Amino acid sequence: MAEDYRLMWQEMGLDLEAHDALLGVLGQAYEDIYLAQKNRPEGMAYFDFVMSEVHGLRIRELLDEKKAGRKIIGSYCVFVPEEIALAANATLVGLCSGADFATEEVEKLLPRNTCALIKSSFGFKIGKVCPYLEGADMVVGENTCDGKKKAYETLGNMVDNLYVMDLPQVKSENGRALLKAEFYRFMEAVEELTGVTVTAESLKQGIQTVNAKRAAIHRLSLLRQADPAPISGLDALLANQVFFYDNPARFTESVNKICDELEQRVEAGQGAFPKRTPRILVSGCPQAVPNWKLPMIVETSGAVIVGEESCVGERGTRNLTGESGTTVDEMMESLVDRYFKVDCAVFTPNSDRLDHIKEMAAAYKAEGVIHYGLQFCQPYIMESIPVENALEEDGIPCLRIDTDYSLEDAGQLKTRVEAFIEQLR
Amino acid sequence: MRYAGIDIGSRTIELVTVDDRGEQQDSLQTETGFDPIAQAKELIAKVKFDHITATGYGRSLFEIAFDSSTVTEIKAHATGAWTLFPEALGVLDIGGQDSKAISLRNDGRVKKFEMNDRCAAGTGKFLEIMAKSLGYGLDEFGTEALLAETDINISSMCTVFAESEVTSLIAKGENRREIARGVHESVVRRAAAMVNRVAGEGDIVFTGGVGKNPCIVSLLVEKLGRSVFIPDDPQAMGAFGAALLTWQANSGQ
Ligand code: SF4
Ligand code: SF4
Repeated sequence: MAEDYRLMWQEMGLDLEAHDALLGVLGQAYEDIYLAQKNRPEGMAYFDFVMSEVHGLRIRELLDEKKAGRKIIGSYCVFVPEEIALAANATLVGLCSGADFATEEVEKLLPRNTCALIKSSFGFKIGKVCPYLEGADMVVGENTCDGKKKAYETLGNMVDNLYVMDLPQVKSENGRALLKAEFYRFMEAVEELTGVTVTAESLKQGIQTVNAKRAAIHRLSLLRQADPAPISGLDALLANQVFFYDNPARFTESVNKICDELEQRVEAGQGAFPKRTPRILVSGCPQAVPNWKLPMIVETSGAVIVGEESCVGERGTRNLTGESGTTVDEMMESLVDRYFKVDCAVFTPNSDRLDHIKEMAAAYKAEGVIHYGLQFCQPYIMESIPVENALEEDGIPCLRIDTDYSLEDAGQLKTRVEAFIEQLR
Repeated sequence: MRYAGIDIGSRTIELVTVDDRGEQQDSLQTETGFDPIAQAKELIAKVKFDHITATGYGRSLFEIAFDSSTVTEIKAHATGAWTLFPEALGVLDIGGQDSKAISLRNDGRVKKFEMNDRCAAGTGKFLEIMAKSLGYGLDEFGTEALLAETDINISSMCTVFAESEVTSLIAKGENRREIARGVHESVVRRAAAMVNRVAGEGDIVFTGGVGKNPCIVSLLVEKLGRSVFIPDDPQAMGAFGAALLTWQANSGQ
């Protein structure tokens, strides 16, 4: 089994040696961080399996889909509408970018003061270690933060199928019109890629599939409001991470199955941690696989994470798309409505995000908020100060953290996080 | 009963015990060295106690070796400082290799904090290196700086650059005391800015070994324009706070 994966990876053009090293680190981290947890829901076995096959079985499935004529599209941002990809017979996967790789090489192309996420996406490309990226028929970049915008100019020279989506920065009528125009342009590009025209029927199906996936995650989130929290923040984050590359229907089913189990747990008063464990909301930059650093530190310091205000989390998954449309145009309107609500920090002004953080803190009964900033991420770090001030005004303690993917600062972070948790008790 | 607190810092280890009324009994100190646990072992062999809590960067090592409870240095300093000065609303700690500012609620609990532990500038280490460059002993550094009539501005924040800045000032024949005063000013500028960010008002307790430096203290009072309290044993505040927390946890206080 493992051997024919090697052949598959080789055929995809991966650098086998570097790839082995990456899988080694990933596997070890998963064991140390995930499998070491206590009181995990049984349903998490599914995600353990997914993670163990993340570069194996899932890649084989995608290659089989390709053989059957589907196209694979890789994306770096939650603004890229999966519904449209599905409707045009393509599969959308998120390209995770959660680990440092080939940093020295990356820093020949990008300034050192670039966020870890962008550096990671370059490192995976340079190192030829991501089968999702190598297998993608189209890679979608988008004009969001300055770092990404400029980085795609360079990435365009490294991948031959980069498509860049323009995105608004203001929630105005013009902004909405731009998003709509760009969604249409994206639809045409995907149609051209796959040779399949989007129909009212296929788009409806796409919307339903993605809505079902989001609804399952909403159900999971809702269950985390219970005290004791029935699932750890680490496990819930993993579900949010796998959201981006698993088969949508299977993902939905598996998450719903976990939710059934969690419902029983809540009823029985069982939790991943004891009742009255301090509850924390994490807000800020996306945490992509395998970036589990902060939740690992928090949950080994005596607190539980009950929500993520993040694109790998509720900012990315909240709001379903309206399903009342009957024509392609009507459905496209509904999609634009839904995506235009995403309150990424690249928007100005962005008071929606502030309101959402407060709402989440209340709904999940979080006693404190940790603002997670990736070093050099201007949009989120800039917003972290008003976020902290607004929360403190409401009497909710907030800890601002700026970090990267390295473990060098783990000890220092742990002290801050522990002190913050002491503060909540 | 005796309750102990041990603060395992990057440069020194302090051990404090308190009695059944929370009054300080013993206070010992040693170098951290390269084997903090061996050093800690030696220290705890010298006093009698029933329960102990560890704090400081080595707290987890101690927890593993002695199965003790732990508390962060933030809470330990806050508890120690507030117990001695219950009217204070903030704590500034300048230790050997880090510094922190804490704001306190009326009941002594931590409201907010900020730590600088990534860079030696603004810490005891910075003062130590500068004293050496200027040819002063650490004990006389503050007193000498206090005697200067004016100060020479040190603009570099980074220890390495500041050191060469000082060296070139000496070479230019500038007054040694005035340079020393400038060095103190630079530490206080950083510290006061941190205090103002975190604890904008109210009296401050100044803890950590640097609390013994008279020039730092006087500049700090001047910059902050508020009362600054200094405990008799500023270096032991983390251990004292940890000992108090041991006492509270084990005596139903
Ligand atoms: S944070 Fe902004 S740029 Fe990043 S994935 Fe989310 S929406 Fe896209
Ligand atoms: S983390 Fe910040 S800087 Fe990095 S890609 Fe996202 S928005 Fe841009």
